[in-house]
Amino acid sequence: MATTAGDSTSERFTTALDELDVGWRTTTAEALSETLTAFPEPIVGAPLPFEGISLPNAITRADDPESVKAAASGVTAGTLGIADYGSVLIESTPPEAELVSLYADTHVAVVRESDIVDSMTAALESLGPRLREGRGNAIVATGPSATADMGALVEGVHGPGDVHVVIVE
Amino acid sequence: MSKQSKRAKAAQIRETMAAEGEAVQENTKGFNQGRYDSVADLEDYQGLKDEARQIKEAAIEQLPELIEQLTETVEENGGTVYLAEDEADANEYIQSLVESGETVVKSKSMTSEEIEVNEHLESAGAEVVETDLGEWVLQLAEEEPSHIVAPAIHKSRASIAELFRERFDPDRPLETPEDLTAFASEQLASKFDDADVGMTGANFLTADSGTMMLVTSEGNARKTVAATDTHVAVAGVEKIVPSVEDLQPFVELIGRSGTGQDITSYISLLTPPVDTATFGDETIEGAEDREFHLVLIDNGRMEMREDEQLRETLYCIRCSACANTCANFQQVGGHEFGGETYTGGIAGGWETGVHGLDSSEEFVDLCTGCSRCVEACPVGIDIPWINTVVRDRINRGADDHAYDFLVDGLTPDAESGGMSYQKRFFGNFVTVAKLGSLFAPVSNWLADFGPNRWIAEKLLGVDQRRDMPTFQRETLKEWAGDRDGPTDPDREVLMLADTYTNYMHVERGKAAVRTLEALGVSVEVADVTESGRAALSQGMVETATKHGEAVAEELLPHIEAGRDIVMVEPSDLAMLRDDYGQLLDEKTYEQLSENSYEILEYVYGLLENGASADALADGDGEEIAYHGHCQQRTLGLAAHTEAVLEELGYDLITSDVECCGMAGSFGFKQQYYDVSMAVGEDLREQFSTPEAEGRTIVASGTSCHDQLTDLMKQDVPHPIELVAPLERA
Repeated sequence: MATTAGDSTSERFTTALDELDVGWRTTTAEALSETLTAFPEPIVGAPLPFEGISLPNAITRADDPESVKAAASGVTAGTLGIADYGSVLIESTPPEAELVSLYADTHVAVVRESDIVDSMTAALESLGPRLREGRGNAIVATGPSATADMGALVEGVHGPGDVHVVIVE
Repeated sequence: MSKQSKRAKAAQIRETMAAEGEAVQENTKGFNQGRYDSVADLEDYQGLKDEARQIKEAAIEQLPELIEQLTETVEENGGTVYLAEDEADANEYIQSLVESGETVVKSKSMTSEEIEVNEHLESAGAEVVETDLGEWVLQLAEEEPSHIVAPAIHKSRASIAELFRERFDPDRPLETPEDLTAFASEQLASKFDDADVGMTGANFLTADSGTMMLVTSEGNARKTVAATDTHVAVAGVEKIVPSVEDLQPFVELIGRSGTGQDITSYISLLTPPVDTATFGDETIEGAEDREFHLVLIDNGRMEMREDEQLRETLYCIRCSACANTCANFQQVGGHEFGGETYTGGIAGGWETGVHGLDSSEEFVDLCTGCSRCVEACPVGIDIPWINTVVRDRINRGADDHAYDFLVDGLTPDAESGGMSYQKRFFGNFVTVAKLGSLFAPVSNWLADFGPNRWIAEKLLGVDQRRDMPTFQRETLKEWAGDRDGPTDPDREVLMLADTYTNYMHVERGKAAVRTLEALGVSVEVADVTESGRAALSQGMVETATKHGEAVAEELLPHIEAGRDIVMVEPSDLAMLRDDYGQLLDEKTYEQLSENSYEILEYVYGLLENGASADALADGDGEEIAYHGHCQQRTLGLAAHTEAVLEELGYDLITSDVECCGMAGSFGFKQQYYDVSMAVGEDLREQFSTPEAEGRTIVASGTSCHDQLTDLMKQDVPHPIELVAPLERA
């Protein structure tokens, strides 16, 4: 949350990711394939619902349970980024996105720079009409899964132990 | 307390503290500090809290309509809504959804604990698995949650490792938190694979879209929903808010208030039945036929809504801030400071509403009314007031005692018979003080006389290890009556000397009078001394109201004549500033509240407005350590004392604890002496560091004074005694 006034929204977003210890890199639609295939294998992915940006052919589509559970990296869209918190939004369409983002060791969220909003207020103002009209589902995910129930903070419990955000300019 | 002797209660608390105190203390203090740090990052914390409060107030106001709207919306979405009247009703319905032999995976839900659904499903032949690591540990250990957010907060890492060794005999040693977490995750992964039904709670429900919000960090709630094709959500009716946008302040406050996280890892916004895919045997399958059942639980909530005193409980968002910031909870945890299901300060309201007074009676006296939780609560619930009301109702429901006439003679109060002698004694202490002063010093010799201390412990539960306060023969009122004030006063003050200041700690009252006179203020001491704080702390609402009315009757003419009311004791000032709002009519409360000042707040104001500090004592670099009073801090008044002491040249350090542990009569009570001393230990440590050692210790509250003199074995003056000029010749 410690950001300096005057920073752009995406700079504030990446500052928040740094504080969360979440890795991030920026790329372009053209270079996306190269960026994504560099993550640890095996990689599975859910289709990206973005115009003109698609999942590289080299990445396995999530269509059987074993490959999703065994994935080292799971690529899904992050349909919003929230600068104040370093959160990404995982939606339930395409339907396999939730499983991919939850079962892989590392979740790789692809966020378009234009989808980064400033605040939780802005995020919910954008989500409100969509949930009312489309009755959809979204997870506001911030950093890796974690628990302190075993005596100290441990990352990677039922969900991913690592999160990376790929920002598409 | 009628069910258990005071000695047995004391022994039980000691045992729990020995077994669980260390883990509870470390975790709650960590959460509490996290809360302070995390809310400090917010640009407008108070604004968010106000917004959250308004949303809850409005939602509970229109609850029947919201239930109807939510029901329609969820059914439109393809789900089912069942409004369960009570625990049995809810369990019967949930049981109808689960077949014998099926596996139910659950994410953490206090409401499911409230209805004890696990036992019901198990007796019907289902396997029920808690998947939150903390809840799973408790399920294995067959223990109850002790905290509403971190259910296994009382378990140490070592005791969990031991539990796993006993239960699973694992093929590798499990030592570190990482080992234990990985092992638990593995064990539970296979349970998710076998699961037929997923059960969750819901932190919030939005009536406009039928969306439920779940606040989690582990990912087990997400798996509970994704891995099953029947989703059952259990939620109290109070969880409904009108719209998705209303969630914003809660999303920002709930993690910060509870565990000090800015936001938890996952905020799930689900509009069930969700269209997330699930794992089939060979393929990933769509979820066209996923079933969703929302079980809305009334179980006393609609009655709470009608109950003016308990209604605010329904604003609670179950963040646990009130437990984490509570000095007593930090020592004893939720197994002592909790009822059948709920734990911490707000449990008094919840347990009374859903399980009844019997459940609250076990723990509600552990709330001392110090008010630190009111500030911590993200929706500003007046938790101490709710607990006072609960105590009052318990007092009124008590059985008649044969010896009431003995105590009634001593304690002319407005309460019905049957209350414990201990409560009567402390609640009517002003009567004791008047007699004690009248017969001083004989009364002091008697009070300290061995057999009498023994009788006081037997009959009243006054712990023999406590020093009794000393009654003064000359009261402050008598002393002040003989004085001539300043010849041409700038202002006139009526001093409301509380019971302790008038009859026992007279020196602090004298110092206050001398200070005010030195600053050109004339002082009259009021006839009335008792604000009603002592009675209120025992839950004697009617008696406290009578004291409040007497205070108003004497003070209002003075206020109308332009005099200011000044007080020395913060807990009595808090009555005028805060509690009278519940006891007296609004206009009277406003007048008293707006025209009353804490002594150093008033001195600060005089100095700010041009009075000269030259007339006061010179600190001359003297090293002092100051402990502010809990209610004074809640009222935002500790800073004034610190500013005045620094202005006079004292070298000041301050304590940083939520409460000293004495809390009025609490620490004198036999059954709570150990808790009180354990709370005080933090303060003793802070004032024993190399930096603090050897300093003069000052404290604003009477009970803090009593506690600190016991802990530090030194005299502990009120700050005003360091400010006051020497007596004029």
